[in-house]
Amino acid sequence: MINIIWAIMAIIGIVYAMFNGTMSDVNEAILSSASEAVTLTIGLISVLVFWLGMMEIAKKAGILDILSNLFKPIAKRIFPEIPENDPAMGYILSNITANIFGLGNAATPLGLKAMEEMKRLSKSNVASRSMITFLALNTSSLTLFPTIVISIRMQYDSLSPTEIIVPTIIATSISTISALLFDRYFYIKSTKNIK
Amino acid sequence: MEFISFLSGWIIPLVILFILLYALYKKVPAYEVFVEGGKDGLKIAKSLLPFLVGMIVSINILRSSGALDAFIQLISPIFIKIGIPPEIIPLALIRPISGTAALSVTSELIEVYGPDSFIGRLASTMQGSTDTTLYILTIYFGAVGIKNFRYALNVGLLADLVGIIAAVIIITIVFT
Repeated sequence: MINIIWAIMAIIGIVYAMFNGTMSDVNEAILSSASEAVTLTIGLISVLVFWLGMMEIAKKAGILDILSNLFKPIAKRIFPEIPENDPAMGYILSNITANIFGLGNAATPLGLKAMEEMKRLSKSNVASRSMITFLALNTSSLTLFPTIVISIRMQYDSLSPTEIIVPTIIATSISTISALLFDRYFYIKSTKNIK
Repeated sequence: MEFISFLSGWIIPLVILFILLYALYKKVPAYEVFVEGGKDGLKIAKSLLPFLVGMIVSINILRSSGALDAFIQLISPIFIKIGIPPEIIPLALIRPISGTAALSVTSELIEVYGPDSFIGRLASTMQGSTDTTLYILTIYFGAVGIKNFRYALNVGLLADLVGIIAAVIIITIVFT
């Protein structure tokens, strides 16, 4: 699926540019966006190293265990395939916590570590049920304080930059709950196909 | 608002303070463990690079050719039919694909229509209530070498659609 989407996006872009007269824009975009991606990754290295270092301390000190114990009842329902007291759960919960507080920089490294732990559990190159549930949570966004949006609104002299916080929280909750429902639905559908 | 900006300035240092104090109390060799964990970060970043280069280049070819805009024009009638205002459609379609592009569309909408207009509020809510599905799937699956995404993309995109519709309904109810 992703192989096709990836190739099709580039193919359509190049073919469209032939007729639209935007080939020079495309040519420039190829070079500049490749270096943009490298810059992005280099920017990620600092947060990755720092937060995974901090989280390693949190793990060794037992903070991750405390966190996963605290939310165990809910987490077990959402991620039934992750064994109790597995480190994967600690990383999943710290990723979710970081997301809720709008700490995107800290959330990504924790999420990647959670994926690594889930891969250890599944031992496969195919996405596991837990991974898909986890990414469903992440793609639907969990942010309670949309700080970037608030700062844009302030920049354009909004009378009340923060008035959108409550609507955002409601919309986020709806999209997150529906993400979990869609996830369950597709999972059940996929098990039926196997049978 | 003051409390929120205060909180966002304090929360990261406080988290670090808590981790370090707790580590001292538990007698964890904090610095050694930090370095050990940090090495993982470097490894992950290294495996991430080709995935990001590939995806970002492909998305930018589509964008810079003008094909993405043409596509949005083409399918916007469907969105208008289900009650999504036409001004917001480019944002709705770009949001799952590219985070930076979505952010620039959001600021443009806020600039043109004003932050306290219906469109401005809607754009603000949509920007905050969904995330960049394609980017998240690319880096998370890419970092651990997952090749078969199964139904992950369907789940992500359907949830985005629900989030967008929810934002339209909520903003309509709350502010009119």
